[in-house]
Amino acid sequence: MSIEIKNLCHYYGKGSTFEKKALDEINLTIEKGDFVGLIGHTGSGKSTLVQHLNALIKPQSGNIIIDGEDINADKSRLKAIRTKVGLVFQYPEHQLFDMTVYKDVAFGPKNAGLSEEEVDERVKTSLEMVGIAPELHQKSPFELSGGQKRRVAIAGVLAMRPEILVLDEPAAGLDPRGRDEILGQVKLMHEKLGITVILVSHSMEDIARLVNRILVINGGKIALTGTPAEIFSKFDELEAIGLSSTQTAYIMRDLQAKGFNLPNNIFTVDEAVATILEVYLHE
Amino acid sequence: MLKVTIGQYYPADSFIHRLDARMKLLCTMIFVVVIFFIGNFLGYALAALYLVVVIRVSKVPPKFLLRGLRAILFIIVFTAVLNVFFTPGETLVFELGFVRVTQEGLLAAGRMGLRLVMLIIGSSILTLTTTPIQLTDAIESALKPFKKIGVPAHEIAMMMTIALRFIPTLIEEMDKIMKAQMARGADFDTGGIVKKARSLVPLLVPLFISAFRRAEELALAMESRCYRGDVGRTRMKQMKMALRDLGALISLAVFTGGLFILNHIANIHGIW
Repeated sequence: MSIEIKNLCHYYGKGSTFEKKALDEINLTIEKGDFVGLIGHTGSGKSTLVQHLNALIKPQSGNIIIDGEDINADKSRLKAIRTKVGLVFQYPEHQLFDMTVYKDVAFGPKNAGLSEEEVDERVKTSLEMVGIAPELHQKSPFELSGGQKRRVAIAGVLAMRPEILVLDEPAAGLDPRGRDEILGQVKLMHEKLGITVILVSHSMEDIARLVNRILVINGGKIALTGTPAEIFSKFDELEAIGLSSTQTAYIMRDLQAKGFNLPNNIFTVDEAVATILEVYLHE
Repeated sequence: MLKVTIGQYYPADSFIHRLDARMKLLCTMIFVVVIFFIGNFLGYALAALYLVVVIRVSKVPPKFLLRGLRAILFIIVFTAVLNVFFTPGETLVFELGFVRVTQEGLLAAGRMGLRLVMLIIGSSILTLTTTPIQLTDAIESALKPFKKIGVPAHEIAMMMTIALRFIPTLIEEMDKIMKAQMARGADFDTGGIVKKARSLVPLLVPLFISAFRRAEELALAMESRCYRGDVGRTRMKQMKMALRDLGALISLAVFTGGLFILNHIANIHGIW
């Protein structure tokens, strides 16, 4: 279950005077079961890249190969590809439309042509996975709170049972509690279902906490790749493209500069608290 | 994706661009009316010449104008064909069964086709050289005399401005929702009419909800900036007539005068 992207290019407004390169010779491989973080600032090409992954945008040049299959080779396989690769857009709650939460989540599986029992089972488990209580199933999705709406929308994609889940800024615009809940559930799904997850985010803190591999994209090109430890220690490279390392990493660096004897690979708040306390208690 | 050419503005700095929008609107209206009074091909040649000069002065690349024509090519051809077959006439060109093509028919078709083409080009020059905001301002002042009989001129202009402003936003929004539903296996392309109509529900419901949400937010933003309609409202950009506007009007007057003289001459000498 790997994703392979080869020489992918994309231009906005191709052929017009406003032509602009959005993706420039992207080459990368994502292994099955990876939890990948995709970082880049606004307009760097993140959203364009992820929309290629389930053939919503066709490559203008290059190939996308998922499990050895070029996803744009056969049009009749489109539905199967889109089932395999679940894409959660930014502000997914804006796509809710049906009368009840249950029906809205059932939209995907029904389109896939599944039996009634299968649809029912999938709707219930997906809603449970995102923490929507059964008594909300028959409510109108428009009566729910913002965080609940978003979770229903994510359940709508989960009900497709994707093997690869792509989330474009799933926590944008939520309060700290809502964002922790959503990201916690994403993490849990990754562990429980063993699916590949690609998380697009602006927040270095969230990425540091969750993923095992990071792709940094800048100006339509892959600028950096590596583990969180590798990426977040590259302060200068990140700053050069208008990004930054995690706030915790900066604190740890400053503490080291002040002469405290601290390890190098601490990027999340929890780890930092534990390490600093340990050093503090020892001295 | 979808391409909207209505109200498309071509940014440039030309004599035509600098003209007062009200004058451009007036001149376009006069031009359109005059076009329909031309009765002979000499007149059309003069009108075409006038248009060519205006286009050159406006610095708008002709291909932009032709693009607008392409969209309504079908209507032009259709109207012309209707004219060929349904104009009564005596001078037979050829006859095939019940189809009679007469000289009068062909001439009427040619006239109608030319009229439509010039009409479209003339009004495209207006929209290509005038920003939508200027245009709605011009429409507002054109409607002002009718305010006395209860026409809400300012409100109509404001509605048009807002509508124009939100066309690209809504197209973008629709594109996004469409993709989101396609990611959930929605299919907008196949099936019969009923199935296709039903497949639009997951697209239209979110689109309407977002349009209402945007409307509400915009209303709130306008109110918090103390918008209260027309009364006592002043403008940041005052529209001012200048000498060049008079010049434009005079050039149109000369053109119109020339046309009527040509019409007269053509009538006397029996030119088509």
